[in-house]
Amino acid sequence: MTLRLVLVGAVLVLAMLPALNRLPADSALHVSDFIVSVTGKWITYAILALAIDLAWGYAGILSLGHGAFFALGGYAIGMHLMRLIGPRGVYGHPVLPDFMVFLGYQELPWYWLGFDHFPFAILMAVVVPGLLAGVVGYLAFRSRITGVYLSIITQALTYALMLAFFRNDMGFGGNNGFTDFKELLGMPLNTPTARSALFYASLLLLLGALWLCSWVARSKLGRVLVAIRDAESRVRFLGYDVTQHKLFVFVLSAMIAGLAGALYVPQVGIINPGEFSPGNSIEAVIWVAVGGRGTLVGALLGAFSVNALKTWLTTVAPDLWLFALGGLFVAVTLFLPRGLIGLFSKAQK
Amino acid sequence: MTEPVLYLDGVSVVFDGFRALNNLSLIVDAGELRAIIGPNGAGKTTMMDVITGKTRPTAGVVRFREHDLTKLDEASIATLGIGRKFQKPTMFDALTVFENLELALKAPRGPFSCLRWVLSGEARRRIEQVMEEVGLAARAHDRAAILSHGQRQWLEIGMLLMQDPELLLVDEPVAGMTDQETEHTAALLVRIAGRRSVVVVEHDLEFVRALGSKVTVLCEGSMLSEGSIDHVQNDPRVIEVYLGR
Repeated sequence: MTLRLVLVGAVLVLAMLPALNRLPADSALHVSDFIVSVTGKWITYAILALAIDLAWGYAGILSLGHGAFFALGGYAIGMHLMRLIGPRGVYGHPVLPDFMVFLGYQELPWYWLGFDHFPFAILMAVVVPGLLAGVVGYLAFRSRITGVYLSIITQALTYALMLAFFRNDMGFGGNNGFTDFKELLGMPLNTPTARSALFYASLLLLLGALWLCSWVARSKLGRVLVAIRDAESRVRFLGYDVTQHKLFVFVLSAMIAGLAGALYVPQVGIINPGEFSPGNSIEAVIWVAVGGRGTLVGALLGAFSVNALKTWLTTVAPDLWLFALGGLFVAVTLFLPRGLIGLFSKAQK
Repeated sequence: MTEPVLYLDGVSVVFDGFRALNNLSLIVDAGELRAIIGPNGAGKTTMMDVITGKTRPTAGVVRFREHDLTKLDEASIATLGIGRKFQKPTMFDALTVFENLELALKAPRGPFSCLRWVLSGEARRRIEQVMEEVGLAARAHDRAAILSHGQRQWLEIGMLLMQDPELLLVDEPVAGMTDQETEHTAALLVRIAGRRSVVVVEHDLEFVRALGSKVTVLCEGSMLSEGSIDHVQNDPRVIEVYLGR
């Protein structure tokens, strides 16, 4: 109960940030542009953490490649943002983005068609990660690949995608990726209005994702997933098709991650193949482990607290960050197996 | 009398020249409670494996009602109505007794059906009835992880009952149980039989006596003796290979 109050309080505080940003700069309650944009980014990370928690914390599917779904969602919206630049690019081509002109493309590749429409881009930000998760998950779960083997496969998946997206001939801007975005839905980016709008959109998506994940977690499906996590073969013996259940949660999780990525990219203003790097996916798993897996709220707590620590530490002592992250993971595993959220529920009893 | 529920005739299983079962025949009637005893390596577990489709017999007939079990896989045999309780209970520790039984309840098993699943009054009554039957009603909302060894065995039996099997195979249910738990388990199995057939494999003769059922003694893969517990205990062949030691 107290936890729920804390959650509602946290959401209210978050919701006030863009409004406080509009106060005059000398006001005591003024919040800087930096705080708003960095918090907006963390919210999208928190959504990614929720997605990972649903698959890992409930169904025991430890994906070390969820960053790939996040990045694919980001690329989908990135393609839309590139199309919106139109003739304002450096080369001034009416249709082709700068990098295509530079690489000598004569026309848009077929897979860029449709991305000039916002709804289509958003749809692709959900469908492409979902499809990829569906294919990889189907092959892996059907062959009963579990545990560390599945983790390695997902890790390899994101690595392979990173290498592919680095290639110029993929048609996704190679190692530069996409940047220099101008506008979204008629709003010029990098204005307070656009920042607030994206912030609130992220917050709404966070609440929506939290609602969706809790619905799954509290349904009988959630209990089947927990049962699969703890004793997969026993669930099969009860007559459940374990492959279908794991596939369902894996695809749902990938779709949520894709949407998170689609909100992340307009806020940071860039997407490049670095987003596919295996390190990103592992870091996201650490957020969930630190917060407390299998609780949803723990994933949010972990995403916000680890990223706050990261933002602070990379400012004061950038070299220490990776050591701190590794140390944090070891410490949580040894001393807080239920994560930060475990402290709360212990205090409650 | 009606058709037997389970019918084994001339069943042999050979592993690399070792005869785990040797021309075994066994008939279990509807509603019957049957105890199977025998020394280690007598073929008790192999017999269970043959009935549940885990092991294919080298020769012989295995029938469940009119179904030829030698041609079916484990999953189809389970859905036909044969439930098996393994020696080591496996359940879902993170879930409560009630939730464990709920998962075992006969209901659509797909992810979307599970997502939309709402516990009906009828389903709740069925779960409560099984909890009552196995003596776990007071523990309904405790997580399975904190149950005692005996209670875990009963929960496992309860999960089998939720699937409403016609034939229940129970492998060494009282190993490691206290005397009181053993007594409770015997009463539980006697109660369950009648509405369904139950085959119990057990070492503990006191427990088998408490079941008060017909006893089959296996030795080296074949039936050695069959009858009441007093009959088999006084059978000189049984005394020689099993009880006399």
